[in-house]
Amino acid sequence: MITILDPGPQTTVQDLGRAGQMRYGIPPSGPIDRFAFVLANRLVGNPDAAAALECTLLGPRFEVGAPGAIAVTGADMPVTVNGREAPGWATLPVAPGDVVKLGPARTGVRAYVAVSGGLDVPLVLGSRSTYLRGRMGGVEGRALKKGDVLTVFPAGPARPRRVERQAIPAYTGEPTIRVVLGPQADRFTEDGIRALLRGPYEVLPQSDRMGARLRGPKIEHARGHDIISDGIALGSIQVPGDGQPIVLLGDRQSTGGYTKVATVCSCDVGRVGQVRPGQSLRFEAVSVAQAHRLLRESDAATEAAVREEIA
Amino acid sequence: MCVELGEEISVEVNTRVRALEFLIQQKALTGVTEIVPTYSSLLVYYDPRVVAYDALCAAITELAPQATTAVLPPSRMVELPCCYDDPELGFDLEPAARRLGLSRDELVTLHAGAEYLVYFLGFTPGLPYMTGVPERIMIPRLDTPRVKTPPGSVGIGGIQCCVYSVESPGGFWILGRTPLALYDPGASEPTLLRPGDRVRFRRIARAEFEAIEAAAAAGTYRPVIS
Repeated sequence: MITILDPGPQTTVQDLGRAGQMRYGIPPSGPIDRFAFVLANRLVGNPDAAAALECTLLGPRFEVGAPGAIAVTGADMPVTVNGREAPGWATLPVAPGDVVKLGPARTGVRAYVAVSGGLDVPLVLGSRSTYLRGRMGGVEGRALKKGDVLTVFPAGPARPRRVERQAIPAYTGEPTIRVVLGPQADRFTEDGIRALLRGPYEVLPQSDRMGARLRGPKIEHARGHDIISDGIALGSIQVPGDGQPIVLLGDRQSTGGYTKVATVCSCDVGRVGQVRPGQSLRFEAVSVAQAHRLLRESDAATEAAVREEIA
Repeated sequence: MCVELGEEISVEVNTRVRALEFLIQQKALTGVTEIVPTYSSLLVYYDPRVVAYDALCAAITELAPQATTAVLPPSRMVELPCCYDDPELGFDLEPAARRLGLSRDELVTLHAGAEYLVYFLGFTPGLPYMTGVPERIMIPRLDTPRVKTPPGSVGIGGIQCCVYSVESPGGFWILGRTPLALYDPGASEPTLLRPGDRVRFRRIARAEFEAIEAAAAAGTYRPVIS
């Protein structure tokens, strides 16, 4: 088990998400940055879908109750164990009584903390993910607070592993986010589409797990911004009347009535969620076939990222 | 992948949407991970590692002509008790009636006398998008949407009727409130309604509202579903 001493501003339990509930208006939730989340689990020998913590901008401080291992990935939050610096993106053996602390993120937004065995919170509709707006999953459907005790499934010893240096994403600079235009790209003017692909777009502080709100060149509508409400995919870029895009994420509304100009490729959605408020990103259009190729490349990169430490 | 079956809000198009969803589920099309039915389209989530885009398009296109009422299982009728006669709950009843040139009683009788169809659920968990509003009480949405609408609020706007499932912003005229939870995150089936349900409102007094609310909270109330 782990005991939360300081929760940080928004730390939630997530697994790979809640499937099959969007037809009831319940979003999948799950980690915003799936790549970093999966690697955290692999570093401690967990299955990819084991429940772990998602921390936002500032990490938690917690006490470990049993021997095992943890791993911290994602946003670059300085990690200490009992006050001593410890590396991110690597297996960290821990003993009962150890106090782990994640400081404020130097780069990126969301860090992940996996614990060997995985967090044991109740399954709700097949998932342990927290859906904050719906008060569902995780710990009582809310962000963690001081004094929360999370039990952990039993696990064997975790072999030390680390993520290859070149596989660790840099969350700095102005990333290029690949998108497939549509499904309502025809509702925008040519200038509007050009503006989208020229950018840059700054991430606004109002962004959350539901969506990243952006500000930049106006994406001009050709005929009205309202449509007959339809489904909203992961990474859909919704453009309301003001011409400013919103990239919809794991806790998105399942349906909506605004035009959607494009959809972010699955493999780049996590990167959007790591752009800090005040930083910018750009969009680049790709075809459906290219998007699928990028997904396979990203899968291969995930497979190749973790290596066993050789003593 | 977005599968469009029309560009209108109509029972006919929506029936085909729900029938196509049913068929895709029934045939368990390879690679499909989740489907979201809406007014006139389906959002089909698929895993491109398992099925190619073109192959899935072809499989769905082949099913589309069979998507008719005939394939759908019979729909449910759900009765939602609704307290209209209390300005605390149905706070827009009076202004809506005035704007429509009706008495409050006439407005309630028309609203509670109609049958509504759940086209789909969305916006917030368990919130039904319904039509069936009698023409005489169709009213444009509020000019300025309110920031907070309490859960259970029953509202109308244009051709639509809606019941808020959680506290949320909204632009509908609130005629009353149901004591039933449309979304209960702790329940094994968290949403009361399903796409394709038919809904009727039963007018209840404040005392019955409170009795049902208490029974529902205690888990002893069984919604009337036939």
